[in-house]
Amino acid sequence: METREIISTGNDLAAIAAVDAGCKFFGGYPITPSSEVMHTISDLLPAADGVCIQMEDEIAGVASAIGAAMSGVRSMTATSGPGMSLKAENLGLAQMAEVPLVVVDVMRGGPSTGLPTRVSQGDVRQARNPSHGDYRSITLCAGSLAECYTEVVRAFNLADRFMQPVIVLTDETIGHMHGKAIVPTVEEVKKGIVPRKRFDGKPEDYFPYECGGDEPAVLNPMFQGYRYHFTGLHHDRRGFPTEEIETCRKLIQRLEDKVMNHTDELELNEEFMVDDLEENDVLVIAYGSVSLAAKEAIRHLREDGIKAGLFRPITLWPSPAKRIKHFTDKIKNVLCVELNIRQYTEEVERVSSRLDIEGLYKVNGRAISPFEIVNKVKEMI
Amino acid sequence: MAYNYDKFLRLEKMPTLWCWGCGDGVILKAVIRAIEKCGWKQDDVVVVSGIGCSGRFSSYVDFNTVHTTHGRTVAFATGIKMANPDKHVICVAGDGDALAIGGNHTIHACRRNIDINFIMINNFIYGLTNSQTSPTTPQGMWTVSQKAGNIDPTFDGCNLAIASGASFVGRETMLDPRKLEKLLVKGFQHRGFSFFDIMSNCHVNLGRKNKMLSAMENLDWIDKITAPINRYEKLSDEEKLNTFPTGVLKHDEKAREYCDMYEDIKAVHQKKRKVISQDDFEKKI
Repeated sequence: METREIISTGNDLAAIAAVDAGCKFFGGYPITPSSEVMHTISDLLPAADGVCIQMEDEIAGVASAIGAAMSGVRSMTATSGPGMSLKAENLGLAQMAEVPLVVVDVMRGGPSTGLPTRVSQGDVRQARNPSHGDYRSITLCAGSLAECYTEVVRAFNLADRFMQPVIVLTDETIGHMHGKAIVPTVEEVKKGIVPRKRFDGKPEDYFPYECGGDEPAVLNPMFQGYRYHFTGLHHDRRGFPTEEIETCRKLIQRLEDKVMNHTDELELNEEFMVDDLEENDVLVIAYGSVSLAAKEAIRHLREDGIKAGLFRPITLWPSPAKRIKHFTDKIKNVLCVELNIRQYTEEVERVSSRLDIEGLYKVNGRAISPFEIVNKVKEMI
Repeated sequence: MAYNYDKFLRLEKMPTLWCWGCGDGVILKAVIRAIEKCGWKQDDVVVVSGIGCSGRFSSYVDFNTVHTTHGRTVAFATGIKMANPDKHVICVAGDGDALAIGGNHTIHACRRNIDINFIMINNFIYGLTNSQTSPTTPQGMWTVSQKAGNIDPTFDGCNLAIASGASFVGRETMLDPRKLEKLLVKGFQHRGFSFFDIMSNCHVNLGRKNKMLSAMENLDWIDKITAPINRYEKLSDEEKLNTFPTGVLKHDEKAREYCDMYEDIKAVHQKKRKVISQDDFEKKI
């Protein structure tokens, strides 16, 4: 793959990636520490004949982005925890009506207003189910500057493939980090674009929500002769409200299965120095910016003669359950490092059926240093 | 020959869920006639509705249609319009949608003066959910959430829209469908934000408990509380207090439309014009 070098911040890279991936609409509202995504895309989109609009609140930001996506264009919003809380209801509508959308959440300390200018990974559990009801959230988590670019590009393609919102979690550390990122060229990104499916038959034969039991809806762009209906209500094959028992059951089951039967298309992990790990060695599980400290810690541990490795999920939800279990079955000492309290650890416990997973957590808005991880591992073994 | 609505209706969705005698159907028909009078192609129109009885409007008409979350109608519509500035966008919202839960969106859509036609079907009550107080419920009326009588002051949607910067503001009732159609045509053809306060009856969930047992009694009351703007102007202050003016209340053809203004932003970033400055605007503060 042809690559290029960009020297920039995580937030700027997310904006650049969106435009390169063909995004034509951004609706948002200022919120620390994500605002720079909007600042940058407000220059890039009009230059690319797209639209960036600062709406009156977080709710309107995501609503306008969903509206644009319904009409057929690639669309994005960006926010942080408090904004995610406000956007939740409309993300539910996008899940129900199967509208593709990319949501970048640059995490800060919570709950509530929390620590606006400081780092956290407190939105991990929220990203799993921002809104009420049954559906499967797709959540990616960037662990480097380059991934602020590549994961946003991947999010656009997954949103169109699965016809639902895709959340990209970054955090204050990585959003404001400034440095060199090696990313694919624009041509490579364009080559990789998988546009959403469309129906080309006669309008009278078009049933957007009539699809295989585990396939997403096929939603044609508006204004092209295929007039159907979007709703957050339970709906029939043409999108019209219904309470018919089987139709309702099938719809919600399909929202579940369209994701859970295709997790192989979603799963993406990084495995760092894990190949030689044996039963009594150490597996660190970390994601996002924390994984940068974890990698350094592992290098130090190895210098000290302690064999440790890192498993880093890049797709957080749905979780890489089988892969996590593969490691937790094999390795005794497992340490989860998170900037929250047990939000992903609980998922590791669930998929591993183990209750002895160790944790290192920090919730005061400060990053975890490599040495804190080193010390914790030494305590463990 | 009677007007044939079939082309614009989703006939398989008939009859509507609206109660017998509800005014919403009259408004729906007027909207269809107005769209046809404007010569808009069915495929070029999108109807976006909210939650409530009025929310069902979008599923009955054969355009591109979107049924959104409660109150967010115009925020969704803004995204659709900005991404497709040459298409025609109509919002249908209830009084609760437009003035309570979605009040902030209504204000800012008016302020931007984006070319969206915003129809507020105002039946003075939360009808679908059994008679809770709405922002337009008159003080002193019975509601299920204020059984001792509503003490919340009444909201005038048109005054809000005018103050917020909508460039076309009008009010009609479903009592005179021809006047209503005329107002809609005028607003639809206007480039800018058009706000319509369209009064409708809810004899079932407003009237029944407020001495207006039938649709006719409810409509008589609407007739009594409204007057065409020219007649309204001549009323005493005391009479004005209890009367809503109908007709075109504001029509500013000079105000620039938001999508048009956004073209300037595109031009700046595409290096086709210099940066926008205060000199570009008549109003500088």
